Amino acid sequence: MADFLIGLGLPGWLAWTVAALVAAVLILNVIAGGALAFIWAERKIAARIQDRLGPTRTGGRFGWLQSLADGIKLLAKEDLMPEGADGLLFRLAPYVSFCASFCAFIALPFAFDVVGQRLNVGVFFVVAVLGLEVFGVILAGYASASKWSLFGAMREAAQVVSYEVPLGMCVVVPVMLAGTMDLVTIAEKQAGWFTNWYLFHDPFTFVVFWVYVTCAVASVNRAPFDLAEAESELVAGFHTEYSGLRWSFFFMAEYGSMFLVSALAAVLFMGGWNGPVPVATILGLSEGTGDTAAYLVRLIGLANLIGKATLGVLAMMWIRWTLPRLRIDQVMTTCLKYCTPIAAVMFAGAMLWQLFLPAGLLPGWRRPPGEVREGWLEGPGGSAVGHGVPVSGIGPASRDVLATRSPR
Amino acid sequence: MAHLIDDDPRIIEFDVRTDEMLVNMGPQHPSTHGVLRLVLRTDGEIVSETEPHIGYLHRCAEKIGENVSPRQWIPYTDRLDYLAAMNMNLGWALTVEKLMRHEVSEKARHLRVLIAELNRIASHLVGMGAYGLDLGTFSPFLYAFREREKILDLFEEACGARLTYSYLTVGGATADLPSGWLQKCEAFLDQFEPVIKEYHALLTTNAIFVKRTAGIGLLSREMAIDYGCSGPVLRGSGVDQDMRRDGESIYTGMYDGYAFEVAVQKDGRYPRDHTYPTVPSEAILGDCWHRFFVRMLEVVQSMDLVRQAIDRYAACREPLGEPLKLSEKLPIGDAYLETEAPKGQMGFYVVGNGTSIPWRVRARSSSFSNLSVTHALCRGCLIADVPAIVGSLDIVMGEIDR
Repeated sequence: MADFLIGLGLPGWLAWTVAALVAAVLILNVIAGGALAFIWAERKIAARIQDRLGPTRTGGRFGWLQSLADGIKLLAKEDLMPEGADGLLFRLAPYVSFCASFCAFIALPFAFDVVGQRLNVGVFFVVAVLGLEVFGVILAGYASASKWSLFGAMREAAQVVSYEVPLGMCVVVPVMLAGTMDLVTIAEKQAGWFTNWYLFHDPFTFVVFWVYVTCAVASVNRAPFDLAEAESELVAGFHTEYSGLRWSFFFMAEYGSMFLVSALAAVLFMGGWNGPVPVATILGLSEGTGDTAAYLVRLIGLANLIGKATLGVLAMMWIRWTLPRLRIDQVMTTCLKYCTPIAAVMFAGAMLWQLFLPAGLLPGWRRPPGEVREGWLEGPGGSAVGHGVPVSGIGPASRDVLATRSPR
Repeated sequence: MAHLIDDDPRIIEFDVRTDEMLVNMGPQHPSTHGVLRLVLRTDGEIVSETEPHIGYLHRCAEKIGENVSPRQWIPYTDRLDYLAAMNMNLGWALTVEKLMRHEVSEKARHLRVLIAELNRIASHLVGMGAYGLDLGTFSPFLYAFREREKILDLFEEACGARLTYSYLTVGGATADLPSGWLQKCEAFLDQFEPVIKEYHALLTTNAIFVKRTAGIGLLSREMAIDYGCSGPVLRGSGVDQDMRRDGESIYTGMYDGYAFEVAVQKDGRYPRDHTYPTVPSEAILGDCWHRFFVRMLEVVQSMDLVRQAIDRYAACREPLGEPLKLSEKLPIGDAYLETEAPKGQMGFYVVGNGTSIPWRVRARSSSFSNLSVTHALCRGCLIADVPAIVGSLDIVMGEIDR
């Protein structure tokens, strides 16, 4: 888009700013619109799970305008701040949380080339920025001048920081398979039928996926890991003292993060925008066959990714309305005694598998081994930078090392 | 020298002290079952002291009882344990009947068993659902309320009220059951029986539920007796006592000919005449899990009793009999009677002075004694365990504050 604007005669800096703003507004709408849809879905799903109807009247049928009505209510509410609160930090906290959730979306590819900013360290960026969300929560807990909020914040700090470790290890496995940190390339490498997904790549990745799911649920504070806002213990945890729009920012951040970790799972393990069945390829559509075809391909990809991520979010809702909450020590035990060692072992296992069985167990079932190993040697940016361009350091020499070590 | 001490990292490290924090849990708190206030002294997540403060729901019920006739006080007993109002009505009615040496008809006797046991199911359902809520799961609460609602529908048909019934009264009941009621009740029991399996799947045998309750809040047999605990809290600690079997004859006579086994663990086993889940290996007798499980067993036990009562009630041909008149004079003397309410032993004391107004009325609540163990049970537990322990005692503030 920036190139297009430069072509119209705009100066470079202005063109880039306009392009960035357009992307930012689009992503913001994805989060806000997504949050509205998911809050409505959660109300309806929770209601159905609990043998209720949920909202039925707002907006005519199915209560589909309920989230909007809630939003208007929140806007109109008085913005309260406790007397002893630290004003600046109290006001700042929800935006820190929301910004972290929002920024992580920048590097998330929704379909081929439908990405806010393609980063060659996309995975790293998303995980790192998502981890910043905890700062908002800690600020909120600290600045609220409420003991319950403080408890919530301390729990969140302990929990999220711990779960970053196994989460990072799980994320590294697909990165290792693809040989790049670029989310677009990782997704591209899983193109084709669903058997190409990293989820089904080998037994280790399959297990690692479930560890990732556990850690992802814990890192976005959803039940059974919702200790930071455990309503039966801590009233409402870190957002006890928040009301109105500020509270809704926490809420949006939560739903944004839920969608984000689900989308990340889809990109890393479930082929990203590549559906279980390569519909576009079967229909003969590709990027090259013209503008309309390219748009269609992207649309299908978009639907695929959003569909997968939505499934993840729905699963989280299902879990939330079924299970009791864990205790803080049990949460930490789950992380340190189970998730971390399992993730580490699976990481090692996937590494060995990649070394000795790069083609999988069934010959001819997956793409040729040579191409798989190519991934190790690609530069940052993966295929976009160009196939076969070696990174300095692991140049042709290391390619030879790998070739001689190959069990062929 | 001074600068050396200042620079020594060890001294700086040891100088950091953590402070204890006093936290008010309640009276406005989602998990304190009404208006209980717990003052917690915490060190981080660990609770070193828990002090319950009560009195936020005090309505001078006992004093009012000394100004109205016994039948007029029945609506006030509704508001003691408002989740088991029928059992409160029954306790007070039986106490006054004991004072007056009045005996109710056979039909009224079976009606009372039927209604009281049905309300026990309703009360335990709330206890179970709210306990799930305390542990952070919302759905079992609504599943419990869904079934409780059907019991309330039955009660509404019988007496017109859904919470404060004033149905069982001195001398019998205010009205006989409407026609067709027994069939509806049986239909409910048939439908309810398989639902209990759902509860066991969602809570009793749920891995997280077991982790949160097994071995938590251990109340030893001796402690339970020392603190005067009663009901499921006492039986959850392995004490074989149930007023329906061990109480005074005017009360146990009501259950004459009824077959039921007290829900308590004897020789390491619970009475197993139904398909109960097995006790998980982590659970220790006297912990939160056992208190919860005893309640679940009593639901099944009460269902059985209701079925027996339906048959007996239907077999009675005589009329129900009229309740006592409001102006009925009380004899000079006093009477105290404890009955087995869902929460435990509910005692009523009444002193008559020859007029229709009692000279003294007093209620002894089981929840009060059960709550008194909180301090001992919550010592050194985590904050998250406080709702788990208090919830497992299943207290009702209306009964404690009166």
